[in-house]
Amino acid sequence: MTELVQQLVDGLGRGGTYALLALGLAVVFGVLHLLNFAHGELITISAYVVYWLSSYDVPWWALAPVCVAVGAVASMGMEVVAFRWVRNASPFTLLVTSFGVAIVIQGFFQIAVSPKARKYDKPSWVFDTWEIGGVRLEVADLLTIAVTVVVLLGVVLVMQRTMFGIALRGAATDFDATRLMGLRANRAISGAFGLSGALAGVAAALILMRRGDASPTMGTDYMLKAVVAAIIGGLGSLPGAVVGGLVLGLAEVAFRSWLPDGIAGLTDGFVFAFVAVLLVVRPNGLFNVRSAERV
Amino acid sequence: MLEVAGLSTRYGAITALRDADLSVAAGEVVALIGPNGAGKTTLLNTISGLLRPVAGCVTVDGADLTRAAPDRMLRAGVALVPEHRRIFRDLTVEENLLLGGVLIRAAERRRRVKELEARFEVLARKRTVPAGFLSGGEAQQLAIARALMSDPKLVLMDEPSLGLAPVLVDVVMQLIADLRASGRTILVVEQNAAKVLEVADRAYVMRTGEVVEEAPAHELATRTDLFAAYLGV
Repeated sequence: MTELVQQLVDGLGRGGTYALLALGLAVVFGVLHLLNFAHGELITISAYVVYWLSSYDVPWWALAPVCVAVGAVASMGMEVVAFRWVRNASPFTLLVTSFGVAIVIQGFFQIAVSPKARKYDKPSWVFDTWEIGGVRLEVADLLTIAVTVVVLLGVVLVMQRTMFGIALRGAATDFDATRLMGLRANRAISGAFGLSGALAGVAAALILMRRGDASPTMGTDYMLKAVVAAIIGGLGSLPGAVVGGLVLGLAEVAFRSWLPDGIAGLTDGFVFAFVAVLLVVRPNGLFNVRSAERV
Repeated sequence: MLEVAGLSTRYGAITALRDADLSVAAGEVVALIGPNGAGKTTLLNTISGLLRPVAGCVTVDGADLTRAAPDRMLRAGVALVPEHRRIFRDLTVEENLLLGGVLIRAAERRRRVKELEARFEVLARKRTVPAGFLSGGEAQQLAIARALMSDPKLVLMDEPSLGLAPVLVDVVMQLIADLRASGRTILVVEQNAAKVLEVADRAYVMRTGEVVEEAPAHELATRTDLFAAYLGV
């Protein structure tokens, strides 16, 4: 029982960041039918900003909101610079554009900073642990779970109680119909990218305080996990993305714990095999999404 | 009120609308009839700003609104009730209405929702129900009420009776008559030509992307040759 609770805490700690990233992907997918493979680069950009600000001894309580702001601004910038020009192109063009954006950002940091990872100081308290009833609670996990819960509740409030949220939910079902209601396409899409980026920024803050380094390609792994989480939940489904992220985090921790030491390195392989089986059973993911074709 | 001159729209290499002319005077109900693929929906989508024309112009009350985006058309008082209703199935009935008033102030939006819920009794009863659970007739009422949230002068309606039982078709036609009685102007696309001609003042007939006939509705209703040639009835 203790081990199960331990895995649950660890899994939610890990899955929380995936949920935030996958939710961001789902928000953009809803309005643009774009699976943004440059989403992970928002973490990379935040990481380099953290690396740069750390050299001025900026404390973590200030760095975390900076990550959120950087994520939102960078995401909206990506939309204006890259995606706005190909908005009406085929989904394949959008997809290739997102790969292009990712490669350009990675290349920029390789040239402008270094291909090697740059280290910064992690907060000293992040790996502190408390033990309650045999369960080891790491500050980073507790913080991730708490922040994820608060942020997701905030997102639910925004989605349910504000016109922006109602419009985004409507746009996820039928983007052109929301345009007919008078919603400006630029504003809606820019807002979606802003929210998506802010969520990536929150995830970045949580990831970066454990990680302690910035490297040009660091976003790729997180992006892949977020894509998988979004697919598990049902691409485009907002609740699905959250559930998918948590399922992925729990599956990772469970496999890591269950697999013998000799093959523990294959955890990701087992997780992806598990996801493949899940998709055979539910090809559209855990949550079905009804979306209208664009005119 | 609405003037359309020489309007042409393409989907890639295919010209779906060719040199279309029509006009709608204030307070009129004008029907647009024709077979499938005649370009009726393309014409409404082009007027409403969803599609961009390659030629021609659209004016509303003398203002040139050619290529205006849907939000600008709404501000000019033109709202579209789209084909297949396109209600937001995952949003509640009330959220659908609220979204219809995205351009107006919050207090005014709430007031309009109350007004429309008083007018469409079924929507008041089902205000917290996801719109995907509504029947065809209820969904059509929601689509019309949603378009009325912006208090439009001109309502464009695309196939409002599509997929409805005959008794509900009569309800929708009565709604069109009521909208006219409340001072609104209506341009309605309808395949059920016989029904729509009962409530329309004038009608245009379209075929293969062109407007081919224009006449008072009561005249067209008696033109069996036209029905056979263009409408396949």
